[in-house]
Amino acid sequence: MSAIAHIRKLDRTLVPILVLAGWEAFSRSGALPAALLPAPSTVIWAWADWVFGTDGNTQTYSGHWLIDMAASLSRVAAGFAIATLFGVALGVAIGWSRATEIVIEPTLQMLRPIPPVSWIPLAIIWFGIANKPAIFLVFLGAFFPILLNTIHGVKGCDRNLIRAGAMVGGSERKLLRYIVVPAALPSIFAGLRIGIGSAWMLTVTAEMVAVKSGLGYVLWDSYYFLRYDLVLAAMASIGLLGFLSDLAIRMVMARVLHWQRNTTLRGGA
Amino acid sequence: MAAIEISHVSKIFNDKTRNSDVVALDDITVSVARNQFLCLLGPSGCGKSTLLNMIAGFEQPSSGTIAVDGQPVMAPGADRGVVFQHANLMPWLPVWENVAFHLLLSGSQKGERRARAQGFIDMVGLTGFENHYPSELSGGMNQRVGIARALLMNPQVILMDEPFGALDEQTRMDMQTELVRIWQQHQGTIVFVTHGIDEALTLGTHVAVMSARPGRIREIIPIDLPRPRDITSPQFNALKRHILALLRGERAPSPLEVVNQ
Repeated sequence: MSAIAHIRKLDRTLVPILVLAGWEAFSRSGALPAALLPAPSTVIWAWADWVFGTDGNTQTYSGHWLIDMAASLSRVAAGFAIATLFGVALGVAIGWSRATEIVIEPTLQMLRPIPPVSWIPLAIIWFGIANKPAIFLVFLGAFFPILLNTIHGVKGCDRNLIRAGAMVGGSERKLLRYIVVPAALPSIFAGLRIGIGSAWMLTVTAEMVAVKSGLGYVLWDSYYFLRYDLVLAAMASIGLLGFLSDLAIRMVMARVLHWQRNTTLRGGA
Repeated sequence: MAAIEISHVSKIFNDKTRNSDVVALDDITVSVARNQFLCLLGPSGCGKSTLLNMIAGFEQPSSGTIAVDGQPVMAPGADRGVVFQHANLMPWLPVWENVAFHLLLSGSQKGERRARAQGFIDMVGLTGFENHYPSELSGGMNQRVGIARALLMNPQVILMDEPFGALDEQTRMDMQTELVRIWQQHQGTIVFVTHGIDEALTLGTHVAVMSARPGRIREIIPIDLPRPRDITSPQFNALKRHILALLRGERAPSPLEVVNQ
């Protein structure tokens, strides 16, 4: 029992520590040129300078991290917000009304298999090299998971709850607002969590190709300058921000879906 | 004027896969007086829930008319409170919000909703559970919330579709006692669907015995036993024997059982 409790306490940190230690040892062993696989300590050194401007080893990026991070984050936030707005609104309409479903869904299902990155050429010629093509790509990436999960949630709404709502005298609009949407929320949140992952993926991709700022741009630019320590620092930054934005959604979710606490959230993350 | 007027109502379900019509209800005519407690009693598949759903406005008769308080039933409405077989509460709302759900949809302020809900929460014996969620309550307690939700609308009639069917025997008897108390205190017209003879005889002022294939009313029996009713008394047993005789021969499995789900 106590042994298991001990392992429980350790298991979150054990694997990352082992990986980092092994990587550090491998990098220092000289099996590969140090420049090709920088040790974690080197990466942290570069990252520290990028964030705080400690010794200027990252040159033009020294102390620039907050600005790069904010550029990426604002693109994610903008594209994700638009995707949430359209995805939820359209999802409720399609899930609720058979007529809307027949008119709109086939078109959306044909657009859906097209990978968002394949829109990059068109996004650049339509919006130029700036924030807009990146936001457009983020929107495309986050929109479909949010849409599909919303449709799924609305269609899964218990018919008996709608009957109960009709019984207490609710109009269609009120039934949507007070029964269908709340009932679909668990599913909508599942869509948002998938969507935020796609959002980061596409921001970084867009920044490598179509934008001249942000974490993805730093990553690609450092690759040209053979600064693999900075490449890794950028990768770690993206991972961290992706994790934090998912955590933020999970926290909102735990608040909004607190009525579910006893059923689903306990076993999960 | 009768509270509920059902005249010559038939319901035919079309079985699309077999391309045949199934008569669920055949020429039903019933008049329910104000403050009457009518139990619809019959074997499964006799169309008793279908009849209730048509009074509620969830389904439309194939022919005939239903009027509540002189108004023909076209759609569900707050003048008819329904208590469902499973409570059908909103799992994301606490007890008091579920009880006052009618007021939420009609746009009342939170303070008013909370105050109005409290009286009905007390009436069904859930004082102290106002902020619990349905998932935290037992089946019997959830049904009490469902009853309080229907009562709060102050409806002309209350329609109950086997509301105690999923409860254990002890809880069911407690709930029956409670329901009679609330009905006596509140005054109102109740239509109560059940397949339990004891339940019908314990609750109703009248019991409508139905037969299946096609669904018809066999007999409407007025029950004037004193309350609280003694389910072991000779008069109770005599009525029970009479109803059993009416129901006998109705036990063969009916194709309507599928339709009625």
